[in-house]
Amino acid sequence: MHPLRKQRLWVVVFIVAFSSLAVALVMMALRENINLFYPPEKVLAGEAPVGKMIRIGGMVREGSVIREAGSLRVRFDVTDFKGTVPVVYEGILPDLFGEGQGVVTQGKLVDGVFEASEVLAKHDENYMPPELIDAMGPDHPGPKKKAP
Amino acid sequence: MMWPELGHMAMILATLLALLLVLVPLFPTLFPARIARVLALSHAGCVLLAFAVLLKSFYDNDFSVLLVANNSHSLLPWYYRLTATWGNHEGSMLLWALVLSLWMALVAIGVRSQTEQFVSRVLGIMGSIAIGFGLFILLTSSPFERVLPDVPVNGADLNPLLQDFAMIVHPPTLYMGYVGLCVAFAFALAALWEGRLDASWAKHVRPWVLAAWSFLTIGIALGSWWAYYELGWGGWWFWDPVENASLIPWLVATALLHSLAVTERRDAFRGWTLLLAILAFALSLLGTFLVRSGVLTSVHAFAADPSRGLFILVFLGIVIGGALLVYALRAAALVKPVRFAALSRETLLLVNNVLLLVAAATVLLGTLFPLLMDALGQGRYSVGPPYFNLAVGPVLLFVVALLAIAPVVRWQSTASGVFIRSLRLPLVALLLLVPVLAYVLPAHDRLAAIAGVLLSAWVWVIVVQALWQRWRSSARMHPRFLSMLVAHTGVAVTLFGVVMVGLYGEARDIRLAPKETYALGAYSFYLESIGSRTGPNYQAVVGKVLLIEGNDVRAELYPEKRHYRSGGKPMTEAAILPGLMRDVYVVLGEPLDGEAWSLRVQVKPAIRWIWIGAAIMALGGMLGIWAKRRTDSGRAP
Repeated sequence: MHPLRKQRLWVVVFIVAFSSLAVALVMMALRENINLFYPPEKVLAGEAPVGKMIRIGGMVREGSVIREAGSLRVRFDVTDFKGTVPVVYEGILPDLFGEGQGVVTQGKLVDGVFEASEVLAKHDENYMPPELIDAMGPDHPGPKKKAP
Repeated sequence: MMWPELGHMAMILATLLALLLVLVPLFPTLFPARIARVLALSHAGCVLLAFAVLLKSFYDNDFSVLLVANNSHSLLPWYYRLTATWGNHEGSMLLWALVLSLWMALVAIGVRSQTEQFVSRVLGIMGSIAIGFGLFILLTSSPFERVLPDVPVNGADLNPLLQDFAMIVHPPTLYMGYVGLCVAFAFALAALWEGRLDASWAKHVRPWVLAAWSFLTIGIALGSWWAYYELGWGGWWFWDPVENASLIPWLVATALLHSLAVTERRDAFRGWTLLLAILAFALSLLGTFLVRSGVLTSVHAFAADPSRGLFILVFLGIVIGGALLVYALRAAALVKPVRFAALSRETLLLVNNVLLLVAAATVLLGTLFPLLMDALGQGRYSVGPPYFNLAVGPVLLFVVALLAIAPVVRWQSTASGVFIRSLRLPLVALLLLVPVLAYVLPAHDRLAAIAGVLLSAWVWVIVVQALWQRWRSSARMHPRFLSMLVAHTGVAVTLFGVVMVGLYGEARDIRLAPKETYALGAYSFYLESIGSRTGPNYQAVVGKVLLIEGNDVRAELYPEKRHYRSGGKPMTEAAILPGLMRDVYVVLGEPLDGEAWSLRVQVKPAIRWIWIGAAIMALGGMLGIWAKRRTDSGRAP
C-alpha cells in the first residue's frame, strides 16, 4: 500500500476505534443515569416505576410540611391538583422551598412514598420549571409573580 | 434626560455601520478596503456609547428605564448597580455586542501584516455577526425601553444571587472568551474566501485564539468559584447546561489551539484547523442560544421569550450553515497532505484533537438529550452528573495521560529508543512516589486516589525533567515551549484538586442547637450562638460557629441567612475557612424545633487547586502570545 494511504488508514482506524469506545461509554452512561419526570397524577395511576430513580414535581401542598423533631427528616406532599404523593426527605431544603411553591424532587418510589434524595431549588420566585408548567397546565397561575 | 434614546440611536447607528462593514469586502470596486478599519472602530465607538448610556442609567437609578426598574434598586451599592447592567437578558446581550465590537476594534488596530483586502474580509465577516446581534437587541431585546409616564418610585432589585464580586468579573471575562473565538472564525472564513492559506496564516491567528482561550479559561473558573461559594452548595461543577455551554467551546478551542500549532509549525492539518475554528465559534453561538433562549432552565436563563429563541435559532442556522457551506465548497483546495511518523508530535496532537472533540460531543449530547427527547415527544428527561462523570471523565483523564508526554515527543518523528529513554526517569520517580502516597493518603478510596495523584504527578515530573534538561544544556528555551509546559502544569494542578475533592470531600447535613458540637474528621463544629446583623439592603441571621481542631479554636465562622428588603426568599451566605490544602465550609440551613438549626458542614481538600490550575493554564496561554511577539521581533531563535 502507498505509505500515505497506509498512514491515513491508521488515522481512520484510530478515529473509528476511539469513537466507538466513546459511543459505548455514552450509551452505558445514558442508560444508567437519565431520570424521567412524572407528575403525581401519573404516579398514582401506577405509571411510574417503583424503586427506580425518577423525578416527580408539582406544588408543595399547603400545610403538609412536617419536620420530625430532633432530626433533619421532613415530610411533605407534592400535588398537581389531580393527585398527591407523599414525600420524605432527610437534609437541608433549598432556600426557595416553601408551601404553595413549585418543587422538583429526585428519588425513588417505595411503598407509595417518594423517598427523595434531592430536592431541587428553583433559582428565583418567578421561575417555574417547564416540567411543572406541563404538569399543571398552562392556565394554572403558578407561584405568585413578582410585579415587574 | 434623553440619554436612553441616545443609547438606542447609537445602537441603530452601530448596526448600520456593521452593515456598511459587510458591504466593503463584497464590493471592492465601490469601497477602498482601507475604510474597513475606520468603520470597525466607529462601530465599536457607537456600541461603547450605547453601553455607557445603559451603565449611566443604572448608576443614576433612572427607573423610567424598564430594565433598570426591573433589575436594580436605589439601596444597591454603586458597584452592584453597575453589575446589574449585565445581570439580565437585555444588558447581557448588549455586553455581548460590546465585546464583539471590542474584538473587531482590536483586529482593526492590531492586524498589520495581512493585506488590506484580507483584513476587510475578516472585519466584514465579524460585521455580519455584529448585524445579527444588533438586530436581535433592537428588535427583541432593547435595553432602553421606557416605562412612561408612570415611573416606578423604586426598582424591583437585582437578584441577590448576583449581588456578588464574581458577578462583576465573571460575565465580561467569559464573553471575552466566547466572543473572542469569533476572530479565529473570521480568519478561517476569510482564508476560505481568498482561497489561499499560507504558513503565516496560522502564525497570525494563533495569538487571537490563545487570548480568547485564556479569557474563556478564566471565565469558566470564575463561574465555578462563584457557584462554589455563593450558591451555597459547595460543589465546583454541576454539569448544569449553562456550564456545559461554556465547556463545549472551551474543549473545541483547546483542540483548535493544538491543531493550529501543527498548522503553524508543520503546515499540516489545514482543513482540520479551519473546521475547528468554525466549530469553536459556532458552539459558542449555540451556547448563547441555549442560555438566552430560555430553552434551558437555570440560574442564567433570565427570561423565556419564544420570539427571542426563534431569532437566535434562525441566526444560528444562517451563520453555522453558511460557514460550513463555505468550508465544504472551498476547503478541499487548501488542503495538502503532509507526512509524519507514527511516533511524532503530529500524531500525539491528532489523538489529542480526537479525544477533545469526543469529549465535547459527549457533553453536547448530554446537554441536548433532554431537549431532543422533549421535542420528539418522548417525555421529560434529565441527564445528571453521573452520566457526564462516566462518559466524559475517562476521556479527559486519557487526554491528561497523553499531554504529559508532549515535552518528550518531537515533530515529524521521534526515535523510539530516545522516547523510552526520556521516560525512564519519570517512571522511576512515579514508582518511588507510590509508597509515599500509600502512607500519606487516607485508607478509603486509596487506590483511586493513588491513580489520580500519579496521573497528575506524571505531568509534573516530565515538566521538571524538561526544565532540568534545558537548564543543563544551557540551550535557550523557546518561550512557546515554556508556555506549553506552564499550561500543561496548570492541567495537572487542576486534576490534583479534582481528585482530592472528589474522593476525600466530606459533607454532612446536621442539626445543631446552640452550645452543641458536631465532629467531622479532624474538626469539631461548635455552634456558639445565633444572632442577627443589618447589611446595606438586607437583614441577616448570623450563626457563630467555632471551628475546633484538637484542643484549639482554629477559626470563628459566621454563616448567614439573608433576607433582602426588596422581598423574595432568603439567601444563604456560606462561611468558608479557605486553605491551600483544604477548605472548611459551613452553611446555615433553616430553623428547626426549639433553638436548633440545620447546618451543612463540609471539608473540601485541595479544592482551590482547581481554580489555581485554571489560572496557570491561562498564564500559559498568555505566555504563548508573548512568545509569538518575541518571535516576530526576531530576537528568539
